[in-house]
Amino acid sequence: MTEAPRFLRPVTTPSANVGTAVTFETPLPLDCGRTLAPFTVAYMTYGSLNAQKSNAILICHALTMDQFVASDNPITGKPGWWTPMVGPGKPIDTDRFFVICANVLGGCMGTTGPADTDPATGKPYGLNFPMITIRDMVKAQKRLVEHLGIDKLLAVIGGSMGGMQALQWAASYPDCVRAVMPIACAARHSAQNIAFHEVGRQAIMADPDWKGGEYQLHDTRPSKGLAVARMAAHITYVSEMALQQKFGRSLQNRETLSFQFAPDFQIESYLHHQGATFVDRFDANSYLYITRAMDYFDLAEEHGGQLSDVFRLNSARFCIIAFTSDWLFPTVENKRIAHALNAVAAQVSFVEIKTDKGHDAFLLDEPEMFATVRGFLNHAAQDLG
Amino acid sequence: MSAAALRPDLAAIAAMIRPGARVLDVGCGDGALLEHLKAKNVDGRGIEISQANVNACVARGLAVVQGDADTDLLDYPAQVFDAVILSQTIQATEKPRVVMDHLLRIGRRVAISLPNFGYWKIRLSLLTGGRMPRTRTLDHSWWATPNIHLCTLADFVDLTRECSATIVEAHALNNNGTTSPMKPESLTHGYLGPNLFAQGGVFLLKKV
Repeated sequence: MTEAPRFLRPVTTPSANVGTAVTFETPLPLDCGRTLAPFTVAYMTYGSLNAQKSNAILICHALTMDQFVASDNPITGKPGWWTPMVGPGKPIDTDRFFVICANVLGGCMGTTGPADTDPATGKPYGLNFPMITIRDMVKAQKRLVEHLGIDKLLAVIGGSMGGMQALQWAASYPDCVRAVMPIACAARHSAQNIAFHEVGRQAIMADPDWKGGEYQLHDTRPSKGLAVARMAAHITYVSEMALQQKFGRSLQNRETLSFQFAPDFQIESYLHHQGATFVDRFDANSYLYITRAMDYFDLAEEHGGQLSDVFRLNSARFCIIAFTSDWLFPTVENKRIAHALNAVAAQVSFVEIKTDKGHDAFLLDEPEMFATVRGFLNHAAQDLG
Repeated sequence: MSAAALRPDLAAIAAMIRPGARVLDVGCGDGALLEHLKAKNVDGRGIEISQANVNACVARGLAVVQGDADTDLLDYPAQVFDAVILSQTIQATEKPRVVMDHLLRIGRRVAISLPNFGYWKIRLSLLTGGRMPRTRTLDHSWWATPNIHLCTLADFVDLTRECSATIVEAHALNNNGTTSPMKPESLTHGYLGPNLFAQGGVFLLKKV
């Protein structure tokens, strides 16, 4: 009789839709007290890993993004979400660096999430999916990085929720990252952040087609609720000034007010469009779980509220980027992280970029951001010798 | 970068910093001094208000926080740095006295350089021209200048007393780009001396 191996070998399966997917049989212990097994992580890589395995950069994606960071998204057909930033010769240069981006735990692009089948019941997880945290997402990413044979990442980079993951990497695995670049994020979700997420979640759960989270069994989709959630969230991603400049009070395809509730204003049509395109590519329960993970994020919590203590003796280099018009993760929240790092003598730089594009600036063409990322990574790579 | 390429006041400050020290350069510009200090194994940090300059520092691998001396020093804990540097910046701060107190709180030593508004050419220019003086180092119209709190070297010595600081070292910045040691008393006693002849000064201070 042979003993079962303590760690079962993960199985890698290439798939056209989600890039590469690797399934881990070893259970993943979660912050909520439950474990997840087996679980799959779907990911994309760009560039090639050098012989010393020292040029790997992990990019962490934001709430509604996925692993298609620099290549066409198979669902939408649109270019990857960070194509201005990632590619040959770009600031995150795939000619030099091996770039990894994985769909987060709880997501809906190949990594295990609430839409997947629960092996215990043979039915979709739905609300039986365990509650996950940013730390759990990072734990799953760590398994992937180990699977790829990488001991130490050159850098972990991400914007918004991706920035939270980058910070969590530094906190959970300080010896496994040389450079950390959190962009437009915070060390904790604020009351206002949680409030907006709760509006979104309530919109989804109020949709009769949500069916208590079991819409897959009823062959329905809570598209209306999810669209409203996206509409509300989208407002928080742009600045008041940019909205005013782009739309003002302009009317949509009409000369006068209709005195009806059909969209009169361009901003209304714009939001409807944002909602409608979102529901085609995102799972409502994933949205519930991932927003919850963000709400639960408070990096200082496990250190008695002292953010500085999270980074004590951390030898990684940090570069934090904030945007002047970002009111979702304002400069002051980003700077708090820099101050905490400074207080424990960590190597930290902080850059505030002037822009009217709001929170979404990190996804857009911001030359100063590109210059910062390029300069920071060039130097981090130079340190390797 | 060689010491020769450094601005004279920065070279004088660099000479005041011990190898291996932990240093905060407030208003570090493009990081020239911090870069220079790296060769002395100095563990340097910077604060800089200009975003382009912060980017230049980041590309040099320096740890620099974009911020403002008037508001951001508050967030630094006490006595964590061996030395805090403030070069050619105090005259541009909103509250020089508050900034001084923070510098002396954060650092065990404070290295500071500043222009001397008592320099004879400035005095002469005001006396003969009757207009706000403009010099090579202070080249702005009065209504556009960032230098809102100019002082003479003697005035600065008064401020150090006000802040209960001791002057450990003082150097005059001469018109020809050289520096020469000076006695603080020579600034506040008599009409001649560095307060008339020096274009600027470099001081190393410590809290009494």
